[in-house]
This record gives sequence, C-alpha cells and structure tokens, in this order.
Amino acid sequence: MADIQIRAVRKSYGKTPTLHGIDLSFDSGEFVVILGPSGCGKSTLLRMIAGLEDITAGEIAIDGRVVNKLEPRERGCAMVFQNYALYPHMTVAGNIGYALKVAGVAKAERERRIAETAKIVGLQDYLERRPAALSGGQRQRVAMARAIIREPKVFLFDEPLSNLDAKLRVTMRAEIRKLHQRLSATSVFVTHDQVEAMTLADRLVVMNRGHVEQVGRPLDIYHRPASTFVASFIGAPAMNLFTTRIEVETATVRLDGAAIAIDPLVAHALRGREVIVGIRPEQCRLTTEGKGLPARIDFVEELGVGRVIHCEIAGEAFAAAVAEDADVSAGDTVWLSLPPEQLHFFDAETGRRIEFPLPGTDIAAARGSASTTQHTGVLS
Amino acid sequence: MIQRTPYADAFTYAIMVIGFLLLLGPFLVVLAGASQTMPQVNAVPFSFLPQGEFMKNASAAWARADLGTAMTNSLIMAALVTAGKVALSACTAFAIVFFRTPLKHVFFWSVFITLMLPLEVRVVPTYAVAADLFQPIKSILGFFGLEIGIEWNLLNSYAGLTLPLIATATGTFLYRQFFMTLPDELAEAARMDGSGSVRFFFDMLLPLSRTNMLALTTIMFVYGWNQYLWPLLMVTDPSYKTLMMSLLALLPSDNGIPDWNVTLAGSLIIMAPPVIVVAVLQRWFVRGLVSSEK
Repeated sequence: MADIQIRAVRKSYGKTPTLHGIDLSFDSGEFVVILGPSGCGKSTLLRMIAGLEDITAGEIAIDGRVVNKLEPRERGCAMVFQNYALYPHMTVAGNIGYALKVAGVAKAERERRIAETAKIVGLQDYLERRPAALSGGQRQRVAMARAIIREPKVFLFDEPLSNLDAKLRVTMRAEIRKLHQRLSATSVFVTHDQVEAMTLADRLVVMNRGHVEQVGRPLDIYHRPASTFVASFIGAPAMNLFTTRIEVETATVRLDGAAIAIDPLVAHALRGREVIVGIRPEQCRLTTEGKGLPARIDFVEELGVGRVIHCEIAGEAFAAAVAEDADVSAGDTVWLSLPPEQLHFFDAETGRRIEFPLPGTDIAAARGSASTTQHTGVLS
Repeated sequence: MIQRTPYADAFTYAIMVIGFLLLLGPFLVVLAGASQTMPQVNAVPFSFLPQGEFMKNASAAWARADLGTAMTNSLIMAALVTAGKVALSACTAFAIVFFRTPLKHVFFWSVFITLMLPLEVRVVPTYAVAADLFQPIKSILGFFGLEIGIEWNLLNSYAGLTLPLIATATGTFLYRQFFMTLPDELAEAARMDGSGSVRFFFDMLLPLSRTNMLALTTIMFVYGWNQYLWPLLMVTDPSYKTLMMSLLALLPSDNGIPDWNVTLAGSLIIMAPPVIVVAVLQRWFVRGLVSSEK
C-alpha cells in the first residue's frame, strides 16, 4: 500500500520531448488506468515509475519517498509486461520464485511462498513446466504470480492483456480486478483499450501526445469528456463531432438544413464563438419522418445488443446506435432526433470542453436576448 | 521448392560427389596407410585396403615423436584457448549489447576490425610483446626520456601459448547476434526482480546461450588445436612442444627408412581429438549457429 505522487515530470529522448510536465497523484490502494493511443507516453510514464527509464525533470514519490535515483528493486514496485517477459529456461516455479532467490530467501521458505502464490493464480499443477509449454493465459498468470510473490506496494501493468485473444482477455480482466480487491496494493495499469480502461479503473487518466487530457472516474469521463480528444477516444462508436456556430436569435445549433434548439442561456454564452458540438451515438433517437435530421444510411453494423447506423450529416461521418429490432438498412433515409440536453460543447480552437453556466454570465440578459424561451427537442 | 530439372539435378549431384571424393581421398590414404606394414605402404599401386598393423605403427609413432608430452600440451593449449575465447567473447558481447556507454560504437568496431587482423598478420608485433611484456610501456616512457628495467616474457609458457589467441571477434559476434534476439523486457523483468547486471549475466544469459557456447567450443577447439605458427615461435623448450610441431618429427628422414605407415599412424592420432570433439558436439553445433532456442 502506497500512494504515488508524480510532480511536473518530463521526459525527453535526446532533444525530442515525449512527456510535457505530468502532474498526477494516485491514492493508496487505488486502481488507476492510464489510457491513450500508442505513442502518447503512457508506457514511458509507467516505466519511469518502475525505474526502467530515467526521469528527465520533475520527481516521482512512492509512499512519500522520492524515488528518482532509486534502482527498480528499491522502489517496491512489481511489473507485468506486455509480452510477459518470462525467463524461458526456468520452470514456472523458477520464474515465480526468482525474485526471492535473488533476495536470498531460504529454499524452504521460498518453496512455501511459490506454492502459495501459484495457488492464487491457479497454477499449482504447472510448477514444473517451462513457459514454452504453457498457453497464453497461463503465461500471463505466471507473469502475475511473479509480481505478486514480491508483495509489492505498487503493481504496474504494461498492456498485459493485449497479447491474449478476446475471450481470455475478458476473463483475465475480471481476474486482475479480483486480485486487486484481494491484495489492495496500488495498481497502475496502462492500456490503449477503452473497454479495459472503463471496466478496471477506479480512476482513469487519459493521455494524448505527452499530456494528461483528463483525470477522473470512468463514468465522469464518459459523461463529461474534457476535450474533443477524450470525447472521441472514449466510447464505441466514437462521439459524433461537428464544427459549427450557434445562432443566438433562435437559440439553435445548425446542422445541414436542420437546427437543434438548445438552452438560450447556452446559446447566449456561446455567441460569436466557433464551437464543436458533440453527441454520443447512444443518445441519438430514431424519430418519425419529417422530424429531426434526415440521414441516408451508408451501412449498418450489427452488434447483437443493437445496431449502429453509419451515415453522413453536414459533411461529417455520423454514427447512431439504435435498437436491434430497428427497421433500418443501407440506402434508407431515417430521421434522427438529437436531444439537446445530451449535446456536448467544445471550443473549436482549443478543443476543450465548455461548461455551463460560464463564469460571469448575466442570466437575465441572456434570457432576454434569446427569442425562444423553451426548447422542444428538435426543430426541422 | 519443388521443380523438375533432372539434368541439372544429375549435374549438381555429380559435382557434389566429386567434391566429396576429393575431400575424402587423402583421409582414406591416411586411414589405410596407417594400418599397413612398411612394404605395403610403399607398394605400387597403393592399396586402399586397411590391414591389421595400426596398433604397432601407432606405438612406434608415439615413441618416435614423444607424442605423450605433446598431446598433453596440445590438449592444455586447446582447452585454455577454447575456454578463454568462450568466456571472454561472452563478456565482450554482454558489454556491447546490454550497456549504453558513450564509446559503445568505438568498442564494437575495434572488435570488428580484429576480424581482419588474425594472428598470422600481426605475428611480429605480437611476438615482440610476448617476448617483452612491458615493451609498449617502455617505448612510451622512452619517448619521454624515461627508462624502466622490468623484464617479463611469456616465452615457453602456457600463458604465452594461449593468451595472444584468446581475443576473438567471431565469438563476440556469435554471442552478440544471440543477445540481440532476446527481448529487452527480459533484462527489465530481471531488474524488477532485483537482479543486478552480473547476476543477470549468470542467471539468464549464460543458461540461455548454452547452444551458442557449445557451437563456439567446437569451432574454437579445432582452431586452438590446429595452431602451428604461434607455438613454433613461442616454444623452444621441448617440454612445451605441441602435437602440430611433432608432425615434423614423424616424417621419415631424407635418407632413412621410408616408414610412411608410422607417419600416417601418428597423424591419425593427432587428428583424433578434434574429430571426437566435433562428433560429440555436432548436434549443438548446428543448432547454436542457426537458431536461437527460445
């Protein structure tokens, strides 16, 4: 159990900066997932916590102790690698017990703890095998057992599930979560898979191009993405985004020929600003002909639990999730209603989320300037 | 690849068989001649049929050229050269592959260059150093007008026979290629488990490169065994003579009895140890050179 403080941490390889000042704080016993596309610096950050990469600037403290200059073994971290990195010439028992052997633990004690740890991950019958004779899932378990046996204060996971097939990944995900509840060590888990991130995390850190985009509980991030990057990265299919202008007089957002009425306060606050409007595919509704936005379906994706229709609105690709029994097929024209309370607004220039009410808004004036005082959903 | 080219096939097979016979021919002469009596070995035409005189010829050869001492010396020399090369090149490759040092490329290329400088090319300067170990230091000091009076040479010693032969680029490359196939995570996982670099070398790299080591042992034993020029220069004391030097003593003298059967029996004895080493290790030899067992 240990908390982790990351203060103004930077990393450059030569002259190329990869992390631009990261400030994060992980509580003791928390399960933190760092999510981001490849090349965003998430693995680098993890490896800096582990001690496998030098810290160019800033400091990292584990359990209140600055670890910048400490060797990996002195930091109390254990790490599970993406390709497992098992020792190919050692048996499963040898792999699991290697850390104890290095630490000089007596043989009897070592064997007792190997057996104990193997039981936790369900490998007790495989102790004499070599890694080459194990399946992907079993190798993953060995890698985890190797981390567990050291009783670390911090667990670091570097995309440990990405080499497994889809089904096994779901199982191992559940096991990692259970394991965390059982051991309650602070865990930092790096992934580019948003489903993994959403399901595992107590707290989610979304990274992009060496910056932290947003930190928060998974659902908060899903419901209130802090930027267009987060909005499009979290959620499948991705959030629909449009660059547009708000019409203050009618308090509407214009998309193609159609207009969506919005809160006049919001319209007033956004007057004259170029904004990006977003809506999640799950929030779009099919409506009757003549209402909402018309859209010609390009193709339909079957997901089993529902269908996703792909079409084009205002020159942008648009996706909408509909019920599995919805009568839609490619080539049809459907009418979509976009509930105004589900719209997200982002600054077109910075891509950052715009929250309402904006500070300093004169609410009375705003109401006066808007000609519509109630919104009825979708205007056509 | 499947293709039907009967004439080309026949042609390539013919070349292969001819080449094989050319390689095997001299060896058959040795094998047959070593077991014949003196009149038989000098008979024209030469008979390729082995006879039963090998043990007699062998003991005659053994006594004539004092093969006992030479055999011991050769075994010691080949074993030391092999062990030294296998150990040193593992360390060199370890340093080159796993450590980030500023002059890494300089070291790498300086090892590489020695490939082009085998002992035969640098035999004179190497002999000069072996004959007076402090010679280079003396020259440098002499440049500044200083003089030291230490004398230490490696002539007539096992150290002198083996040390100049131990540095090897081939071995370093063999290890380097293997070490580079190991994933970085292996070293990192070991670091996370608390193992330092020395421990990593002994616990991970050495066991993993077992087949490499055996392949290298095979090559280097034969190399060490076949050394002729260097022992000839280094050794004047007969008690340090190696088998290759004894070959000369086995030849019949110009006007003496032409007992080629004894000579051939002696050379068969000299050939035997490397053949045994290759025969025992050949299974790993191919595997270590071709694939990396992971």
